[in-house]
Amino acid sequence: MDCVVTGGNVKVLAKAIHSLSRIGEELYLEPVEDGLALRSVNSSRSAFACFLLSPLFFQRYQAASDQSFRCKMPIKSVQAVFKSLASLDRSVEKCRIQLNSEKSRLTITLHCKHGLLKTHNLSFQDCESLQAVFDKESCANVLQAQPRLMVDTVLHFPPSLDEVNLSVSSDRVWLRNHVEDDADSLRAMMTELCLSSEEFDHFAVGTQTSVTFCLKELRGLLVFAESSGLPVSMYFDEPGSPVILSVTDSVLEANFVLATLSEDSHPKNHVNSDTKHPDTEQPPDDFMSDDMDSFLIAMETSELPGPSHAPASPPRPSNNRKHSFSEEEALAEGPPNKKFCSLFFGSVLPTSSQLPNQTMQSQEVLASDSEDENQTETS
Amino acid sequence: MPLSTQSQADIDQYILIASLDNARNLSNILKAISFRDHAIFNATQNGLKVTVEDSKCLQANAFIQVDIFQEYIIKEDAVGFQVNLTVLLDCLTIFGGSTVPGVCTALRMCYNGYGYPLTLFLEEGGVVTVCKINTQEPEEPIDFDFCSTNVTNKVILQSDSLKEAFSELDMTSEVLQITMSPSHPYFRLSTFGNSGNAHYDYPKDSDMMELFQCTKIQTNRYKMSLLKPSTKALALSCKVSVRTDSRGFLSLQYLVRNDDGQICFVEYYCCPDEVEEE
Repeated sequence: MDCVVTGGNVKVLAKAIHSLSRIGEELYLEPVEDGLALRSVNSSRSAFACFLLSPLFFQRYQAASDQSFRCKMPIKSVQAVFKSLASLDRSVEKCRIQLNSEKSRLTITLHCKHGLLKTHNLSFQDCESLQAVFDKESCANVLQAQPRLMVDTVLHFPPSLDEVNLSVSSDRVWLRNHVEDDADSLRAMMTELCLSSEEFDHFAVGTQTSVTFCLKELRGLLVFAESSGLPVSMYFDEPGSPVILSVTDSVLEANFVLATLSEDSHPKNHVNSDTKHPDTEQPPDDFMSDDMDSFLIAMETSELPGPSHAPASPPRPSNNRKHSFSEEEALAEGPPNKKFCSLFFGSVLPTSSQLPNQTMQSQEVLASDSEDENQTETS
Repeated sequence: MPLSTQSQADIDQYILIASLDNARNLSNILKAISFRDHAIFNATQNGLKVTVEDSKCLQANAFIQVDIFQEYIIKEDAVGFQVNLTVLLDCLTIFGGSTVPGVCTALRMCYNGYGYPLTLFLEEGGVVTVCKINTQEPEEPIDFDFCSTNVTNKVILQSDSLKEAFSELDMTSEVLQITMSPSHPYFRLSTFGNSGNAHYDYPKDSDMMELFQCTKIQTNRYKMSLLKPSTKALALSCKVSVRTDSRGFLSLQYLVRNDDGQICFVEYYCCPDEVEEE
């Protein structure tokens, strides 16, 4: 793999990485023909982000010679390469990312002014592909706004606020902070913001709905969108289906997929330590090592019957709880009173249809092509 | 100035009197070497030399020449004492270290001699503060025996480019490796941290490179923890000279311009962690 980024795009790349760092601790890198995919997921699998940089983003783009190269590394290591963000566009002329397969190192070289050359040889881990299953096109509601509007809106909520509720009617959008039903609702400060449809560049509400998701992870995208000046699109459906925030231009596409609270959720602390994951920072490889069946990676609650991430469990008809956003797929059993729907990381069949927002090259990729309506069973 | 109300008798007892209209011309440069509590002061006819050492492997010296001072009286050939540098800096900035233009703290530093405290008279806006700091017997600074005849490699760089590199250095690396060579990579700073290694290469024809005199390839490693404090001196400086001698000892010399544009020097000497010669 050998890619070269020049000029202002170096800063865009750095900002994308900083944006991903707001989601998860690790950066997943996968060079494919469509471009370079940079992804991250949070530890509870309730937030996923992907930046796809098309070959046109680069001065030179050469994907890995063996198509299945993908790796992950601590995102802090990569952030350290692009440390002085403010002065990047002034000092860096060219950035080259190369894979040194003999030494198992990813080499990032920054050619700076005055002849200064910064070379970083980062170690990485091989990993399975990380891809959440989502389908923007099938979402009933689509909003698009200038990033400034969203930033200004979000400003009204305290930085510590975890969850925010977004409600839409045919001509209005409400944003409220979400509190647990029990204890604090009488004491907490409630903030509600109402925006009219006119404030949006695009306002298409198919069904009046209300979704609740985590605000913190959204901020990462907003910072990126604001600096790039690109409008932000929001795709969402009913509660339980994820909300997808997207920023697109001719050479890149960023998707932030955030899980939403399901309707029949119990008021339970969604950060639960007795997870089915033996240890919370288990690398995704362990869950995705089996590409045979679909399985759901979800957050654990105490009522969980058993490890629901057991790779070998065959897909079962979904229970009353909507977990993922690919309706046609059978879902693995999930904890009934789980609060946040996690994102669906299924396995994939090698399929012909390819979407720009999903990379489905290798059979080891554990993402399902949810566009494929005929897909009845994933195995 | 209220300090002139001291009687002639008072003034006569001091063996060292050094005055500055702007105490920052002293405090700023001392901050660049303040990585340890104690500093050795050595005053001569030429001016003031302040030394700070760390674990016998690192030595930093700040030179404030006689012409920086508005008044400089020394009654012996050499006057030496040791003080707590942190306390001294606290006193020098006792008026809060404001950077309002036109307002600065005036300083008169007086020393009676062995056994007496260091007396500081500080004045700002008509308010006078007198500080007396206990002194100790000065330790003998280490002689690193670094002489120019043994210098194998020398470069002089404009500080700006090094500032960026030093601020980005991977602190998970225990060592900073410096390679100097007449051929590629010319001048290279390397770190070996948790996430991998990093190299910062400065070519000899870079416009940040003012002087490049390298006779043979040398690679030396220095403990990062020892060199990190030198970043303060680097931040103040406009130029830095990097020299290594045949033993691999490192000399960093920083040219610092004070508030009034006058030149002072700060130097750091460091022992190599392990000598690697290619």
